[in-house]
Amino acid sequence: MLDFTPKEYVDRSALVINPAKTCQPVGAMYAALGIHKCLPHSHGSQGCCAYHRKFLTRNFRDPVMASTSSFTEGAAVFGGGTNLKTAIRNIFSIYDPDIVAVHTTCLSETIGDDIPTFVMEAKVPEGKVVIHANTPSYVGSHVTGFSNMVKGMVKYLAQNSKTPNGKVNIIPGFINPGDMREIKRILKAMGIEFIMFPDTSGVLDAPMTGKYDMYPSGGTKIQDLIDSGNSKETIAFGSFASADGAFELEKKCKVPAKVLKTPIGITATDEFLMAVSRLTGKEIPQELEEERGQVVDIMVDCHYHYHGKKVAIFGDPDVVAALTEFTLSMGMIPKYVLTGTPGEAFEREVRGMLSEAGVDGKVKSAGDLFTLHQWIKEEPVDLLLGTTYGKYISKAEDIPLVRIGFPVLDRSVHSYLPITGYKGAMRIIEMISNALLDRQDRDAADEDLELIL
Amino acid sequence: MKDKLNKMLEKYPAAVFKNRKEHIIVKEADSEQPQSITANTRTVPGIITNRGCCYAGCKGVVLGPLRDAVVLTHGPIGCGYYTWGTRRNKGRTEGDELNLLNYCFSTDLQEGDIVFGGEKKLRQAITEAVEIFKPKSIMICSTCPVGLIGDDINAVANWAQKEYGIQVLAFSCEGYKGVSQSGGHHIANNGLIKHIIGTGERAVGKYSINLLGEYNIGGDGWEIERVLKKIGYDIVSVMTGNGTVEELKNAHMAQLNVVQCHRSINYIGEMMQTKYGTDWIKVNFIGIKSTMKSLRDMAVYFDDPDLMARTEEVIAEEFSEIAPIMEEYKKICQGKTAALFVGGSRAHHYQLLLEDLGVETVLAGYEFAHRDDYEGREVLSTIKEDADSKNIESLDIEPDSTHYRVVLSQERLEKIKDQIPLNYYEGMMKQMKNGSLVVDDLNHFETEELLKILKPDIFCSGIKDKYVAHKAGIFSKQLHSYDYSGPYAGFKGAVNFARDIAMGITTPSWKYVIPPWKTQPMLEGSLIGGK
Repeated sequence: MLDFTPKEYVDRSALVINPAKTCQPVGAMYAALGIHKCLPHSHGSQGCCAYHRKFLTRNFRDPVMASTSSFTEGAAVFGGGTNLKTAIRNIFSIYDPDIVAVHTTCLSETIGDDIPTFVMEAKVPEGKVVIHANTPSYVGSHVTGFSNMVKGMVKYLAQNSKTPNGKVNIIPGFINPGDMREIKRILKAMGIEFIMFPDTSGVLDAPMTGKYDMYPSGGTKIQDLIDSGNSKETIAFGSFASADGAFELEKKCKVPAKVLKTPIGITATDEFLMAVSRLTGKEIPQELEEERGQVVDIMVDCHYHYHGKKVAIFGDPDVVAALTEFTLSMGMIPKYVLTGTPGEAFEREVRGMLSEAGVDGKVKSAGDLFTLHQWIKEEPVDLLLGTTYGKYISKAEDIPLVRIGFPVLDRSVHSYLPITGYKGAMRIIEMISNALLDRQDRDAADEDLELIL
Repeated sequence: MKDKLNKMLEKYPAAVFKNRKEHIIVKEADSEQPQSITANTRTVPGIITNRGCCYAGCKGVVLGPLRDAVVLTHGPIGCGYYTWGTRRNKGRTEGDELNLLNYCFSTDLQEGDIVFGGEKKLRQAITEAVEIFKPKSIMICSTCPVGLIGDDINAVANWAQKEYGIQVLAFSCEGYKGVSQSGGHHIANNGLIKHIIGTGERAVGKYSINLLGEYNIGGDGWEIERVLKKIGYDIVSVMTGNGTVEELKNAHMAQLNVVQCHRSINYIGEMMQTKYGTDWIKVNFIGIKSTMKSLRDMAVYFDDPDLMARTEEVIAEEFSEIAPIMEEYKKICQGKTAALFVGGSRAHHYQLLLEDLGVETVLAGYEFAHRDDYEGREVLSTIKEDADSKNIESLDIEPDSTHYRVVLSQERLEKIKDQIPLNYYEGMMKQMKNGSLVVDDLNHFETEELLKILKPDIFCSGIKDKYVAHKAGIFSKQLHSYDYSGPYAGFKGAVNFARDIAMGITTPSWKYVIPPWKTQPMLEGSLIGGK
């Protein structure tokens, strides 16, 4: 497995090997699916749309609908205006969504297609909406695409109608529907009124009913997206996936923005609860304090399962940064922390955490898994914490992998269950602890196999 | 059926109606004229199609499985990323041969590269790949923006070839070319025949063949090879499952090409016939009866009593091993119906395996096929070229001055051409039952509607459709990735497929879809005065 990855570190400036990111449009598509009755539309070649739908479907194991402008060579040369206008006409007439969220591709970006003009010229039925986001694949990553589509929702829809709604806007970031559900549960437990956007719960974790519904019940309602301009404040989880949307809303509708870490682990969840509590004056209820106490109880009781273990964490910047903080609080050593998404802010933030904890670790943004593997070959770790793509390294180096983040393609149920909030923290501890103990049991000599651990 | 179809089509806007009605036919065996279908034309924008792009066909399908080449995606990161490990083309290496199947290589173009050109980065990426992996060959596959910014990937390939003394090929397979994956297959075929096939000199055995259009998904190729080797064939190369560039170089030495996936590789079959005189026959190793037929057809070609006897021996042996268990699965599957929408050959191949299980195919369609895949190669001369197909280069091939030879005498060819599918594919439709549906480039709307109309027990398609069917209560089997199972080819593969289909339709979970409180009385003791 990965037998041709040399131990000697090779400097590369051009060749990416085994990427730890993908391109913007798939993130934009995911975000758009978090609007109720929305059909994401990919303005480019058919292949992009097919790849993104496949990729999201594999991660969520639920239908992912999206349409495409089906560019051919002619459109690539003469522009995709006709394609988009034809597409919009057909989409509303055949698939009847309430809203179409167009994202661009590297093809339509390179030829400079002007989407707003095309949309203006298109026949959009009354009461229906078309929004768009520019998502050139050669800038940033899928997380950037998610962020850009969220910004697009604000730009096109949010309005300050001078009728404060007293609600808190929540931009959850590039996380699973299970996490969005968990954040909503916490807010409900606190009695806080909120607008979450996007919200893929009820869309990409829809139940089996025996009847296929192209637009499941979940997703943020257009009315709520409009109303988000009247909210009291916006809490954006994750500086990469959510901050831009929140700042756009601040600029457009004067809704103050607060950027928090994705609420993974004790500290980040504490900060989330305190922030909304201070903002709304609502107390943090006993129910949540009890959950927190349970997590800390577990952490104290079981620290020896993972304390001092070296971990390599990789994936998307917001999630990885939060996981770094959490694993540090568990007494683990995040030896390598890597994201494929470019961003010096990520490196600064994570380096800050490591140096505060006195951990000597390597941190990289715009990195790839070949680099991570080379680091590991130089000095191994006890655990990998990241996406499915870590399984090659896991097998090559015989290091357990806990699957977390996006995408997880080779295990199921992950998208339904949270890693956020205290419940999510409990789940992460269980996953990490089990992986390490399974390894300990596997490696133990017969006389050392412990019944109780 | 026609009424129901019309009703479905009438929901389309006029232009879409006009377009789509040409892609759907009800099979009528007794129609006076052979039925014709429109295929390999543009998908209407806005239609939720399952089709992919040219790059997917070139890099994803044909070149991707070559395990000893650095297949380098030149473009932004996505395209390379999505084709990393997702197609299940397995590969195993012997000795210290290079095996790069678990690696993904990309130039990850950034905004500056798009503005100022990506050639410099491509050159540097090749330099780094050579330094780290020391490959004998590199294949550059370009994605959409590369074609638009005008990077001269051929010039870079030539430079690299001289600079590093290895083979570097350039494939301009930008996603916008053609109307589907199909254009990419053709581009890849062209590159392989132009630059690789015919450059080796391996001595070949008595019954030497190439296996074309077999990508070793889920290990299919290995299962086919196992049986072929048992009979005594010398497999010179496989295109391209578990294949290597080194093997491909010798392909012209083989006596016969056997073609599994007609759509993706028929170009090489045809070009090798012209260039080297190598005949090809269409085989189908999916299904028990079709595997037997394919093996017998191959033996007929070689016209050797020993080979024929050995073929029968192996068939008997393999069949007796699986027959009892297939019978068990057949009891479960018998009488069920299936709808198939997949690829450019599998929607045909799998009908035969399903037939072995007593399952009737009520709908079949291809995602990116041409008319010949539906109607047979006899229609090739009547297919009109359009702007999209003209954009894909068709090579002018001439007989090779050193390697062209006649394998079978004209007399022998005449004698066997009615017995075996020699240099011919009959297409999918001829074998289909009267009244069954054929749909080209099936889309989401039609899938939803046709599942309601036909109510098949099994829907064999890809991941994008799978959960749509499941949500509607219909078991769906992925025929691109086999739901990560396999092999499904050959005798043993048939058992795996039968097991998986039986499992899918009988898994107890289907019983729980409707909660019991929806079907049982819940108000106990409150029936007084009821009714």
